Amino acid sequence: MSEFLDLLRQYDVAHAFWVNLQLTFWGGLLALGIGTVLAVMRISPLTSLRWAGATYVNLVRNTPLTVIMVFLVLAVWTQLGVTLSGDFTSNFFNFAVAGLGVYHAAFVCESIRSGVNTVPVGQAEAARAIGLPFLAAARIIVLPQAFRGAVAPLGNTLIALLKNSTVAAAASVAESSGTMKTLIEFHPDYRWQVFVTFAIGFVVLVIPIGLATTWLSRRLAVTR
Amino acid sequence: MEASAPALVELTDVNKHFGDLHVLRDINLTVRRGEVLVVIGPSGSGKSTLCRAINRLETIDSGTITVDGKPVPAEGKALAHLRADVGMVFQSFNLFAHKTVLDNVTLGPRKVRKAAKKDAEEAARTLLRRVGVEDQARKLPAQLSGGQQQRVAIARALAMQPKVMMFDEPTSALDPEMVQEVLDAMVALAKEGMTMIVVTHEMGFARKAADRVVFMADGQIVEQADPDTFFTAPTSARAKDFLSKILVH
Ligand SMILES: Nc1ncnc2c1ncn2[C@@H]1O[C@H](COP(=O)(O)OP(=O)(O)O)[C@@H](O)[C@H]1O
Ligand SMILES: [Mg+2]
Repeated sequence: MSEFLDLLRQYDVAHAFWVNLQLTFWGGLLALGIGTVLAVMRISPLTSLRWAGATYVNLVRNTPLTVIMVFLVLAVWTQLGVTLSGDFTSNFFNFAVAGLGVYHAAFVCESIRSGVNTVPVGQAEAARAIGLPFLAAARIIVLPQAFRGAVAPLGNTLIALLKNSTVAAAASVAESSGTMKTLIEFHPDYRWQVFVTFAIGFVVLVIPIGLATTWLSRRLAVTR
Repeated sequence: MEASAPALVELTDVNKHFGDLHVLRDINLTVRRGEVLVVIGPSGSGKSTLCRAINRLETIDSGTITVDGKPVPAEGKALAHLRADVGMVFQSFNLFAHKTVLDNVTLGPRKVRKAAKKDAEEAARTLLRRVGVEDQARKLPAQLSGGQQQRVAIARALAMQPKVMMFDEPTSALDPEMVQEVLDAMVALAKEGMTMIVVTHEMGFARKAADRVVFMADGQIVEQADPDTFFTAPTSARAKDFLSKILVH
């Protein structure tokens, strides 16, 4: 047992998980930004914006994340020569964050839109009736209530993002699933222990997010 | 209200369809400055659509609508400016659910009129006092009774210092015991000379405050008269029929 723990320390499993958390944090932030813009586009009065938003969501949501990651690293970086950082490791990390953000933005958008559906149309009409232009009405009246109604689906998106952050391995980021692969390859005797360790690691990270969003979504619910 | 007062809201040959349904048919209507107009008519006759068309919450198919001499703009900043000048009170109050009563009333002045926070709050408190809900300023709308919410909604609209106030069945979602407090606030407003367009079946209000009653049916203005004449001697069969129904209840 202590030999196995030494192995975990030697391969710095804790740090590998820490990388997944960082990917999740930055990817989530990016997804939240892009997703919010997409959601505003999809509820805007301009047909062209609605169309562009819908196209993004339907395209990205139906593309495998791995395909996006591989495209970013092989095509955008290797062939087109776009770099997101001078440092080799950070460059891969940033590409992974970009891929995670771009992909999950589609899900964030749909979560926010489900939140918008919890806001009665009368709220937006009252906002327009006092003279607020579309963007101000969206920012001050509709979105704050929509976010509060979207906590649960946003939490689910965050959980999916955390699990999907392992796909960053496809963008050559040294994170937990990559470390797991190495461990199993070089220490096959421990294959079960390794699997259980990584599985539990994710469960331990995911459960609190689920609990927190359930609690938050009750606490933040708008009373009408 | 003087008969010679200038027109503030003017609808000319206005038509509107919802699909195949012709909801506004050749509407011609002039509301003069300071006039209190009551719009009455059976459900589905187009009263809400008429109000909503005036601040362009609904678009129209043909005809023109002017407010204070200017055509209602189609979109953008100009439309937002017009809406700021036209107060609207909804049947279901529509107070901003996540904002306090005070914030509901100060939001428009601050974000649209760019008033300073202190000035907006002072004005809001005065308005809330006027409609009798100043002690509720820090509460959320859901903590108020329907009657109180509707009075806050009136204060919110008034805070924009509108040229005209529209009320779309402001008391029909209220419990009976709360109707009077809202009507009282509206009567007071009428007495102060506010130009008002009020969709309501409250005859008491119409008799006390209205200068003119407009009767609508099937998207048309069927008949209009001063309240006394309309309620005691309606001329059209539709109006007689309608009045006989609401008078029974
Ligand atoms: N958004 C809409 N889409 C389709 N039909 C509508 C819409 N709003 C109202 N209508 C229809 O238009 C007619 C007039 O409605 P409305 O103006 O609300 O009447 P009122 O306020 O007099 O009851 C009704 O038959 C109603 O069903
Ligand atoms: Mg109506």
